[in-house]
Amino acid sequence: MKMINPDKRKYLFSKKIDSQLTDIYSGFKFTTQFFKEAFRKPFYFKETVNQCFEIGLRSLGLITITGFIVGFVFVKQSRPSLESFGATSWLPSLMGIASVRALGPLVTALITAGKVGSGIGAELGSMKVTEQIDAMEVSAINPFKYLVVTRVVAATVSIFMLALYCDFVELLGSYMNINSAEGISIPTFLRNAFSSLSFLDLITNIVKAVTYGFTIGIVGCYKGYNASQGTRGVGMAANQAVVLAIFLIFLEEFIIVQVVNWIRYL
Amino acid sequence: MKDINSDLLIDKTETVISIDGLHKSFDDLIVLNGIDLKLYRRENLTVLGRSGSGKSVLLKIIVGLLKPDKGEVIVLGKHLGRLDTAELNTLRLRIGFSFQSSALYDSMNVFQNLAFPLVMNIKGISKNKVQESVEEVLSAVALSEKIFQMPAELSGGQRKRIGIARALITKPEIMLYDEPTSGLDPITSVEIIDLINEVQHRYNTSSIIITHDLTCAKNTGNRIAMLDDGKFLKVGKFEEVFASDDERIKGFFNYNFIE
Repeated sequence: MKMINPDKRKYLFSKKIDSQLTDIYSGFKFTTQFFKEAFRKPFYFKETVNQCFEIGLRSLGLITITGFIVGFVFVKQSRPSLESFGATSWLPSLMGIASVRALGPLVTALITAGKVGSGIGAELGSMKVTEQIDAMEVSAINPFKYLVVTRVVAATVSIFMLALYCDFVELLGSYMNINSAEGISIPTFLRNAFSSLSFLDLITNIVKAVTYGFTIGIVGCYKGYNASQGTRGVGMAANQAVVLAIFLIFLEEFIIVQVVNWIRYL
Repeated sequence: MKDINSDLLIDKTETVISIDGLHKSFDDLIVLNGIDLKLYRRENLTVLGRSGSGKSVLLKIIVGLLKPDKGEVIVLGKHLGRLDTAELNTLRLRIGFSFQSSALYDSMNVFQNLAFPLVMNIKGISKNKVQESVEEVLSAVALSEKIFQMPAELSGGQRKRIGIARALITKPEIMLYDEPTSGLDPITSVEIIDLINEVQHRYNTSSIIITHDLTCAKNTGNRIAMLDDGKFLKVGKFEEVFASDDERIKGFFNYNFIE
């Protein structure tokens, strides 16, 4: 029989609020630990490349289909509005701006948050509840470095590359639609699409893709690495990894857009 | 089953694990409440207790997975509380840990599971040396033919054996077994008990075996420690503990014992 500690715990606010604040603090500590470990030897390149394959290459098909459809549908739905004041020639520019500034990174992030974030959360969660992470630790292997650092780096790199690829596929999808209706050539389409873009747009695209990739990786790892309560905990870790990552992605989108707009009008 | 001469192996002049005044709580729950323990060189010590009595917590503290709230733990002459991460990892290579759930890496086959601690800890180790070590421990647990199978393809007993083999791959001086016979049928349990005794003889290990299985306790332990309410009620030979007048010990033995 367990004994109750006579020294009862006192809560700062309430049990629930204290637990949420502790969770935020733990997440912050987890992220800090990532930066500490990421630049310290040993570097597990082979495992990182392996994870890039798992995260990146296996999401390629989904990104291709989604990106193509988004590009195609975006143009299809924008055409009637532009047609009403004879501005369909603006469609390539509109698509270029929409894709590079917002849609490419965001669509990639939302798709991979569901696929990759939940996968990492479930995998690490399962390893945690079956004591595989403890087994690594007692074998004198740093599980944080081997499991977390490799996955977060792989997620950041892969999702960044997937976002660039998604931009390309969205433009391809939109070109298909524009070409079928307006019959313009690829060089004309590309010239128009990129003419409205600035260097800042390209930088924004890169910053967003890297930020979202990192967020998906670190949230998935954090939720999985701290999973508890057996198989139920694994499901919860996977679910929370997706929900929290998507919430943070929209929060980051909001902040990045505000900052970029502020820079744009300086 | 236990070789009656295994007591002769024990070197009582050398303590490999020494625990003094160990306390551990989780929030409001006191799990360990003043544990004192000594494990001698080449001794098998069995810790008996009911589920949730803190047996596994004790093992996790010894291997540095959990930090004690109070008390001193000295393993192979090293004060655990004073070690940095690198020193703790060096010490861990001298300790083998067999998990209750076996904790085999799902994504790796048996060979990769066994090779993993070697490849990750010994820089530049040759493929031949890894192969040789893996084959040796697999033969020790009599599962050489399972070398390329995935953990999901193994039975519960086989998984336990592979877990023990993985713990042995670094040639540890101390073995820690967490519930080695839990969830196994009686025949497989006896095989695991024999394996634990064989490991003691073949690898000259000192071991702590955590269990609530009296058959396992009787046949593996040179000494038995009965854990209840966060304290050891009695430590001694199986017969001494069995003969105790303490109602809690009597209750445990009367309810569980299988000759």
